[in-house]
Amino acid sequence: MTAMILKGKTCDWELICGLEIHCQIISKSKIFSGASTHYGSDVNENVSFVDAGMPGMLPTLNEECVRQAIKTGIGLNAKVNKHSVFSRKNYFYADLPQGYQITQFEYPLIGEGFVKINLEDGSNKSIGIERIHIEQDTGKSIHDISPTKTFLDFNRAGVGLMEIVTKPDFRSSEEVGAFLRKLRTIVRYLGTCDGNMDEGSMRCDASVSVRPVGSSELRPRAEIKNVNSVKFVMQAIEFEAKRQVDIYENGGEIEQQTRLFDQTIGETRFMRSKEFAHDYRYFPDPDLLPLDLEDEFIEKIKNEMVELPDVKQERFVEEMGLTPYDASVLTEDRETAEWFEKAARGHDAKKVANWMMGDFFALLNEKKISLAESPITPDNLGKLVELVTSNVINGKTAKDVFAIMAETGDNPEKIVEERGLKQVTDTGAIEKIIDEIIGSNPDNVTAYKGGKVNLMGWFVGQVMKASQGKANPAMVNKLLKDKLG
Amino acid sequence: MSIDAETVKKVAFLSRLKIEDDKIETTKDEFNKIIKWVEQLNEANTDGVVPLVSVNDCQLQMRKDEVTDGNKAEQVLANAPMKEYGYFGVPKVVE
Repeated sequence: MTAMILKGKTCDWELICGLEIHCQIISKSKIFSGASTHYGSDVNENVSFVDAGMPGMLPTLNEECVRQAIKTGIGLNAKVNKHSVFSRKNYFYADLPQGYQITQFEYPLIGEGFVKINLEDGSNKSIGIERIHIEQDTGKSIHDISPTKTFLDFNRAGVGLMEIVTKPDFRSSEEVGAFLRKLRTIVRYLGTCDGNMDEGSMRCDASVSVRPVGSSELRPRAEIKNVNSVKFVMQAIEFEAKRQVDIYENGGEIEQQTRLFDQTIGETRFMRSKEFAHDYRYFPDPDLLPLDLEDEFIEKIKNEMVELPDVKQERFVEEMGLTPYDASVLTEDRETAEWFEKAARGHDAKKVANWMMGDFFALLNEKKISLAESPITPDNLGKLVELVTSNVINGKTAKDVFAIMAETGDNPEKIVEERGLKQVTDTGAIEKIIDEIIGSNPDNVTAYKGGKVNLMGWFVGQVMKASQGKANPAMVNKLLKDKLG
Repeated sequence: MSIDAETVKKVAFLSRLKIEDDKIETTKDEFNKIIKWVEQLNEANTDGVVPLVSVNDCQLQMRKDEVTDGNKAEQVLANAPMKEYGYFGVPKVVE
């Protein structure tokens, strides 16, 4: 159970929340025109007459945008609708040159689905997907160049978007955070959206209402617009739920409204009421026929699907023996998962996972480098683990070898060979050292035999030190115990 | 269904059309005539008939994902009443 319960004076309250997420589709050209989607081009360079809303221009649908949305739909376990229709959503705004947005209304491309999220207490929850439709993005307004004017760059106008609408299944901000991270992971695996909320390629609106625990009513909701990070979405929802509870507790009412989140103060503020809500007057776009897809078109996409994070995670647990937690961390993004699989191939996967999530991630953090820039290759990490499991070096030496690998990028076998780091497993050699330590420390031997058994640690330490860390610790322990009686 | 003067004003506002006060009555009457005419369709029994979105009996054609357009900022901006630094300019919009 992860429901967020808000304690009130009169009763306990629970949160009801649903999300609308806009994901920019990865494609070379726009959804209805042949202009480039490239980010960072000169102002208004990626604008065709279609995007600029010039009269008489006809939109033509980009096949890749349809394919990408279907891929995403399949990734979210959703139904692909063979028949869908493009509609016009009419409103006047400076960033929308056509005066309407081409979107889908009654007949979206993708229908109901679900996403499984993992929560901190180890439980799972399934979040329902209501629909996914495809539509045009708007242009970008620039407000800070002139005090009296707004400037518009239409390079983004007409870039394909997928709008993913969830069911109102969220009961806590934690669930919302877990869902957004999961969604980001999925679209990145699929290569359908780059999922960068801070750059606006993934944007989230949240509908928030509260109700007394145990009630099944749905109260008026506030829609919070365009929050640009997972953390801020969570904060905005928490703030908004508390605000609504306070109003109800003080005898007030909530009316349906749109609010903006101000990230500098962590509060939502009023934007417009239901009264001034847009009246979009949707109707089917006469410029575009309904989209009717052949079975083969959809089947081909199904066959091209990559392994999804949930499936990969399960395989890491079932076939490679990882814990569910380790598997979830290592499958969070595709690059990490693929790196791990390469490193673990033919070696002890559990140990490779430990190294990767411990020393290896610490190294990347410390050097502030990405996986691709790592001096240690997956092959070499696998070899290092192999050297330990096959008793060529001990755990302590492995840490030293890892540090050298991090500096030089060398093969661990070569490092061990060149520096003579192989562990000593020769009983005679270890016994010789032990005899020396025992001989030169008679007081501690007496104390140990008199009952101070924790001196064993001290003896082990002395022996390891005398062997320059190369003795096999298990053998040292065993031989010491035999000799000290 | 019939349209009143308030609805005429609302539709005019949503469409950003300016209708002078003395034209509202005439516009209202015209709206009502159109609606009455279209309402004849209600006489047809449409039980179980899926809404028809297009009368064209052909498939929507999709295009390949190729960059074939753009790089014409000058032409795109040619008719803009206000333009600066390559942007379209409009009176300040703050929501």
